[in-house]
Amino acid sequence: MAPTSDAVLVVENLTLATDEEGYLVNRQDWSRQVAETMAAADGVELSPSHWEVIQLLQEYYDNYEIAPAIRILTKAVGKKLGKDKANSRYLYELYPQGPAKQACRYAGLPKPTGCV
Amino acid sequence: MKIKPDATAHVQPHLASAEQQAALGFPTELIPNWQEEAVRLLGEKVTESRALKVAMDACMKCGACTDKCHYFLGTQDPYNMPVARQDLMRSVYRRHYTFSGKYLPWLVGAKDLDDAMLDRWYTYFHQCSQCRRCSVYCPVGIDTSEVSMAGRDILASIGMGQKYANQVIGKVHTKGNNLGLPQPALADTLEGLEEDVLEDTGVPVRFPLDEVGADVLLVTPSADFFAEPHVDGLIGYAKVMHQAGISWTLSSHASEAANFGLFVGSAQQTKNVALRIREAALELGVRRLVFGECGHAWRVAQNHLSDLVGLEFLDAAYPRPQHIAEVTHELWQTGVITFDKSANASRVVTFHDSCNVARASKLGNTPGGQFTVPRDLLKASCEHYVEMAKPTTHQSTFCCGGGGGLLTDELMELRIKGASPRMNALTQVIESHQVTHMVAMCAICKSQFSAVFPEYGLEFDSVLSLHQVVGDALLMTPSA
Repeated sequence: MAPTSDAVLVVENLTLATDEEGYLVNRQDWSRQVAETMAAADGVELSPSHWEVIQLLQEYYDNYEIAPAIRILTKAVGKKLGKDKANSRYLYELYPQGPAKQACRYAGLPKPTGCV
Repeated sequence: MKIKPDATAHVQPHLASAEQQAALGFPTELIPNWQEEAVRLLGEKVTESRALKVAMDACMKCGACTDKCHYFLGTQDPYNMPVARQDLMRSVYRRHYTFSGKYLPWLVGAKDLDDAMLDRWYTYFHQCSQCRRCSVYCPVGIDTSEVSMAGRDILASIGMGQKYANQVIGKVHTKGNNLGLPQPALADTLEGLEEDVLEDTGVPVRFPLDEVGADVLLVTPSADFFAEPHVDGLIGYAKVMHQAGISWTLSSHASEAANFGLFVGSAQQTKNVALRIREAALELGVRRLVFGECGHAWRVAQNHLSDLVGLEFLDAAYPRPQHIAEVTHELWQTGVITFDKSANASRVVTFHDSCNVARASKLGNTPGGQFTVPRDLLKASCEHYVEMAKPTTHQSTFCCGGGGGLLTDELMELRIKGASPRMNALTQVIESHQVTHMVAMCAICKSQFSAVFPEYGLEFDSVLSLHQVVGDALLMTPSA
């Protein structure tokens, strides 16, 4: 039987609770090391471009209690990084598992649910 | 047909947590007398549902369904043959509710609901997307979706709910939609879309929210606000409404068309979710109710909404409820809107019939309208339209592989394999006719294909919304 949540993430001697899919249970547990540890486990090294997206997600979440819709995210990325990057193809290059899901996980935010 | 026993026996959705169960009024863990209770519930359900009774009694093991399920074709796990999936329930029913099963179980394939059977129920009732393709081929009309829905409701009722669906239903009640998108975020998103469309077209197309006195309440899947290509479909609906001069609004209270109550097989949950739509329509004082591109929402809306919550207060001059594709189709037929095909000149499109529209509902006034309405719109708005192979379209369409409450990441292996019959048909027309895009009119189909296309060597953005293509070709009157 699939286990219910008792998964954890170990970051520098700290044991942090996650759900079955590796999303932090408590957002306040987040640190840059958390994102780096999660990314390393996926074989990803976080570049400044990755961090830009993580930061945008966190800022939006602070205001709206949800990750931004893809159009809002691409527009914000465009404003910061240039119009040629204001599209979802650019975001999928950075986060191939899907920007909403993979980047939210690294950002310590809950996974978007529903038909997405 | 090759089989691989237990090929996907390890693929199960996460169990709902105690809180996710409690939020829907289900027990927080497997109850001590689960066996007895499950058998009792099964008896109750068979008594209440004629469709389930047929499934329990009428199968003659003819074999017509065995190679019709996309999950069987993709996994070769014999429990994914519809007859075998049904047998998981039938054997227990027989054991407890038939004379021969009670006294001569070994003779009639009657089985106890033991730990191993419970595990199989949880696994294989969650490897059915309730798409009803098998029922098209069954000579007695057995519908496996009735079996898997009943099975899931029994499982949730004894403490084994599924995390994904339960969580989503919980969010509908607390936030108004599956995503958990709060009103301020929704308002911000819609404002952004108004800016985008103005920039792209020069026309001030509105995306109204909670506007009392609008004629039409549009209820659409929350994925339409959040994800691509869904949002491009939403933009298409807004353009059509604008061009036709229809006054419309979205609602933050009912900011979700989806009804996962169907997926968990619970009439009560389905009704609870549906009630928000009636409340929103009354609150806003609308005359018409229109649904956006969501397959199972339309199945629930067209077949059950009126009975579940009552829509008698809406204007009887229009279907109650109506689908956005019906609205657009009628506007096009009557010449209220027109298309410029050249806007889609670079696209060679094909159409994926979504299972719940194709096999569980209708569109328009003519028989088979669910097949012709979207095709008419595509042919009117595109220069290049191609059909996929006949045994994979219309009523024989294959599920996308993510329907029925299975659109969750832990089932990705099943989703990828289950998509293979559709992917084979699509690959054929890509090779023979250089198809560039597949169009769908269901949020689940769109998300599922975006996720699995790369596994089959296609770009994630090769799936488009019906109203994206329609909206791109729509001739808009420039504002004065």
